[in-house]
Amino acid sequence: MKKPENAIKDRKQINGNTLLLLITIALFIVMYAAGCVVYASKGFTHLQTFLNILINNAGLLCVACGMTCVMLTGGIDISVGALIAMDCMLLAVGMADWGLNPILLCVLVLVIGVVIGAFMGFCVGYLEIQPFIVTMAGMFFCRGMTAVISTDQVSVPSDSLFYVWANAKITLPFGGYYNKKGILQVPYVRVGVVVALIVLVAIFLLLRYTKFGRSLYAVGGSEQSAAMMGLDVKKTKMKAHILSSFLCSIGGICYCLNTMAGSVSQATGLEMDAIASSVIGGTLLTGGVGNVIGSFFGVLINGTISSLVKTNGKLLSSWSNIATAALLCFFIVLQSVFALLKDRKK
Amino acid sequence: MSKVRKITQMKLFLPVFCMILVMLINVISDVAQGKVAWSFFTISIRNGLLYGRIIDVLNRGSEVAILAIGMTLVVSCSAGTDISVGSVMSLSACFCCMLLAGYGVSSTNEFAMPLIVGVIGCLVMGALCGAFNGTLVAYLNVQPMVATLILYSAARAIGLLLCNNLIVYVRVSSDFTNGFFVGYDIFGSYIGPVPTPIIIAAVCVAIMALVLKKTALGLYVQSVGINRKASRIAGLNSQRIILLCYIICGLCAGIAGLVASSRITSADSNNIGLNYEMDAILAVALGGNSLGGGKFSLAGSIIGAYTIQAITTTMYNMGISSAQAPVFKGIIVILIVVIQAPPFKAFMANRKAKRLQARGKEAASV
Repeated sequence: MKKPENAIKDRKQINGNTLLLLITIALFIVMYAAGCVVYASKGFTHLQTFLNILINNAGLLCVACGMTCVMLTGGIDISVGALIAMDCMLLAVGMADWGLNPILLCVLVLVIGVVIGAFMGFCVGYLEIQPFIVTMAGMFFCRGMTAVISTDQVSVPSDSLFYVWANAKITLPFGGYYNKKGILQVPYVRVGVVVALIVLVAIFLLLRYTKFGRSLYAVGGSEQSAAMMGLDVKKTKMKAHILSSFLCSIGGICYCLNTMAGSVSQATGLEMDAIASSVIGGTLLTGGVGNVIGSFFGVLINGTISSLVKTNGKLLSSWSNIATAALLCFFIVLQSVFALLKDRKK
Repeated sequence: MSKVRKITQMKLFLPVFCMILVMLINVISDVAQGKVAWSFFTISIRNGLLYGRIIDVLNRGSEVAILAIGMTLVVSCSAGTDISVGSVMSLSACFCCMLLAGYGVSSTNEFAMPLIVGVIGCLVMGALCGAFNGTLVAYLNVQPMVATLILYSAARAIGLLLCNNLIVYVRVSSDFTNGFFVGYDIFGSYIGPVPTPIIIAAVCVAIMALVLKKTALGLYVQSVGINRKASRIAGLNSQRIILLCYIICGLCAGIAGLVASSRITSADSNNIGLNYEMDAILAVALGGNSLGGGKFSLAGSIIGAYTIQAITTTMYNMGISSAQAPVFKGIIVILIVVIQAPPFKAFMANRKAKRLQARGKEAASV
């Protein structure tokens, strides 16, 4: 039996935010388990179904990590969807029409991401313009540039190195099963998933153990206090935007590895998915609270919902939007109830 | 010099300046294309209908202008933006068309219900969505953007469900030659020679201006926006005022949705009101209103809304495709907000002072 002192200590350690994260994780597990029970006959129980969620959302995961960093400083970045569309278009047109080397193109995409991020970060940090407006301008610009590059739907040619990357299967040594014909199906992931998971771990470590990561929390918590502690608030904000756009460009490459095409209307509304994932994962838009593990589960929940709707087959795809929105609503209400309780305690 | 400064510091200077700039660009591009310099401003009557580029701007800009009314109030009172208006437009239009055509019908030539039921349904749906957003923001203290994110993604999807995943066409046209019959296209076409959307937008603006002038609503909204707690202590019901602002914003979205769907006499859930929330927010920002809440100017927002449409029309006139137009829109937005930014102003003032100082020193050494 636990001693009462310990119990009090334990309760202190689990504050509202950790509890929210735990609820998110629990919800994901419950949802996935429910899917496994209901759709067991349609193969939902296989490990590959879970891996497919990761494969389909690798790009979103990278973007959500970057979005979380910006949201920690109290900002927002709604240019990500358009930036991804531009990246995909650049990659596709670059390989199909201009015949450039995919490695060179990837570097170019990353550099463009950093440049755009630096510009937006400069406007947000040093010129003190609202992040929403700045990134909205960035969104218009990127979406328009996508159309300037090409207005057609361009596919990545199948003879390029990029195609090899996209089709590379990284097989896992466990979790295989025999299908109806008795052939062993080995679970696999794509390159994009590996990249996304590396990004996730890197950002987790960055936020937890580096000076820059801690200063993101400090700036988001209270700009004034951060400035008084001697942190360069403007520079931190700018860096956060650079990081977000850089990660978004990585996400764009992952996204392109999955879709293998570029088009003007690609990734519309992806910014809202990323924000929703971060919010479901417990990141506050006011800044200072949240971490990427929450965002990871937010993305997984997002993916599980659409996977469930797809597996059902009869439901309209709009149900997945409605379900995500309902969940978002649930989490928002939960967060605000916690906040209200906290106020009352004081 | 002091007169110039007086003019540049006027509240409506920026929006009016942008508008004039856009008109100037039009004049220049017309001259460059070898047309008459004033072709932007000429209004003629063709087939008994008003015709001209400025009429087109006023006509096409109506939806954003209507949205900007509600958005101004929301931004002012809650220091946040309502990003759900575009989706709410789509939802109310779908609801309206569903009522008029009947559930599951994809195309109809006669009303299943009187037109007025559809219109009221559309407005009520918009107001309901606004009330939902407002409740979250006012009573649960959710940040406006997150609260409206819910309907941003859900409203369009609900609209699709209402329309049974179809595009619902209500092909009932008005007929004034043989008797008096009002069809569904009335809100998007013409009454007499004047385009109806212009009239609807004008009526909405007039009503709102009258309300702001005759009641203390504007003052209440501003005081709640400047300091919510202080206004609460001063005896204002802050929460109810915020809720009211969101309901008005939802209502405006409903009206805009009605106009947008009437233009195409159908409810295309995926495309009605697409990206209109961005334009509405942009209109508010262009109107010289701070997105941080507090003081607002309705006139500025309205001018901002028409400026955006003028920019779009100008770009089409110059032969830029609709997909590529956002590039210039983005650049223009950045330019305008950078010029407005206080650090930029301080930097320019500083440079000017230094130059003057240097000149003074030169004069002294000579």
